[in-house]
Amino acid sequence: MISPKYFREIPQRYRLEAGKCKKCGQVYFPPRLICPECKAQEFENIRLNPEGKLLTYTIIRVGSDIFSLQTPFAVGIIELKDGVRVTAQIADVELDRIKIGMSLKLVFRKIQDEGASGLHCYGYKAIVI
Amino acid sequence: MKDVAVIGVGMTKFGELWTKSIKDIFVEAALKAIEDAKVDHIDSMYVGCMSSGLFVGQEHLGAVMADYLGVSPIPSTRVESACASGGMAFRQAYFEVASGNSEIVLAGGVEKMTDGADVTEALATAADQDYEVYQGVTFPGLYAMIANAHMHQYKTTRKQMAAVPVKNHKNGFNNPNAQFRSEISIDKVLSSTLVADPLRLLDCSPVSDGGAAVILCSLDVAKKFTKHPVIIKASTQASDTIALHSRKSLTTLNSVSKAAEKAYKMAGITPKQIDFAEVHDCFSIAEIVVSEDLGFFEKGGGGPAAENGLTALEGGQIPINTSGGLKSKGHPVGATGIAQVIECYEQLTGQAGKRQVKNAKIGMTQNMGGSGASCVINILEAL
Repeated sequence: MISPKYFREIPQRYRLEAGKCKKCGQVYFPPRLICPECKAQEFENIRLNPEGKLLTYTIIRVGSDIFSLQTPFAVGIIELKDGVRVTAQIADVELDRIKIGMSLKLVFRKIQDEGASGLHCYGYKAIVI
Repeated sequence: MKDVAVIGVGMTKFGELWTKSIKDIFVEAALKAIEDAKVDHIDSMYVGCMSSGLFVGQEHLGAVMADYLGVSPIPSTRVESACASGGMAFRQAYFEVASGNSEIVLAGGVEKMTDGADVTEALATAADQDYEVYQGVTFPGLYAMIANAHMHQYKTTRKQMAAVPVKNHKNGFNNPNAQFRSEISIDKVLSSTLVADPLRLLDCSPVSDGGAAVILCSLDVAKKFTKHPVIIKASTQASDTIALHSRKSLTTLNSVSKAAEKAYKMAGITPKQIDFAEVHDCFSIAEIVVSEDLGFFEKGGGGPAAENGLTALEGGQIPINTSGGLKSKGHPVGATGIAQVIECYEQLTGQAGKRQVKNAKIGMTQNMGGSGASCVINILEAL
């Protein structure tokens, strides 16, 4: 993770900022320059409701090198109340308690350390509510 | 557009090819294809490769391979679409011949995955780096989430998924180029180590080195070289969102169903007329979902079909992955789409030996990138 690349994603990773199409109302996370649904190019900046439901998940037993010390860990796809879906780790829960359909909430957490620079990289993980 | 045929094929053995470089592997496959087709030159070539930059630190593969194959200064282009790179290279070669721009074109694919790179990280570049991989997701993880969703929605069972690698290993046992020529049992799959729940090691295609190449020319030209050209009836492609989570359905691969719809229309046939198919079984669940999205079985029917032998070589409704598939044959990602075409060619020309599908007239290849963000489908027919 190179720092300018990390810096650009801060509004999404720290504050869940999304783009709401001014024409059709579809919400995109991360924001886009053009709406795939109606092709409009004007968006309102909104913050996502961090609560949602788990659609599917897995337990990663074999990670890439950068995550290998964290295994096993849970990752899922969560549908937030705005209809947006995100991929996030599911934290602070016994792995065998995770069930499709459970209510979760995105919270601010450290995600990884950038290898060469040691930069701490933050973002969202999901916890059970 | 001209009718286009495949007139010759060649591939290396797939596996851990420690003594061979990426150049050796590609050139070996290409020379075999040129020899098999009995052509004295090629006018242009395409090289399908996913990630030679990350795997071996070499880009610019079009030029590299033309140089080492000794065919410079012909045009040579590298094609990348993650694990569908080979299939896409084939499609570009098809267009170049169909347009009349070139007479004889080589479509090849290669990957060298065992030179020490972090393979999990390199493969994950086919997913959304900023919004999937950043969170720690791996490729087995993405397909595991598809598997859990499919099990939840359609009651697909763990045992049904295990039937896929068992069948593919049985087929691959008879493929001299396969990486794993060993039969496995359901119990062995279900007791192999967990990689990303519910997927276990034997649900996953391996890390492989390998190359594959085929020679294409117009049907008119093909008749000069062979009595048994294999004609390309359709070559289609579709895309989907890069992130799995952005899709309306987590249990249907829209790029597969869209490319298939176009392919059936282009060939003027229905799924029932396909005699056999080579599909992208990067993970066991992928073959199940794809067999549904290609229209061979209804949604939710892929698991029972695999378990009940409907996709087996003997007595099946539609034999799938007679080559052994990615699971047993091996999955050097850039070469896979071309190797699928080679299996089709061998089946349609009666050269598949113990893997031969009886009365095989029409075959299909389905090759996809990432978690299905790109898909290429070819339909081939024996003339």
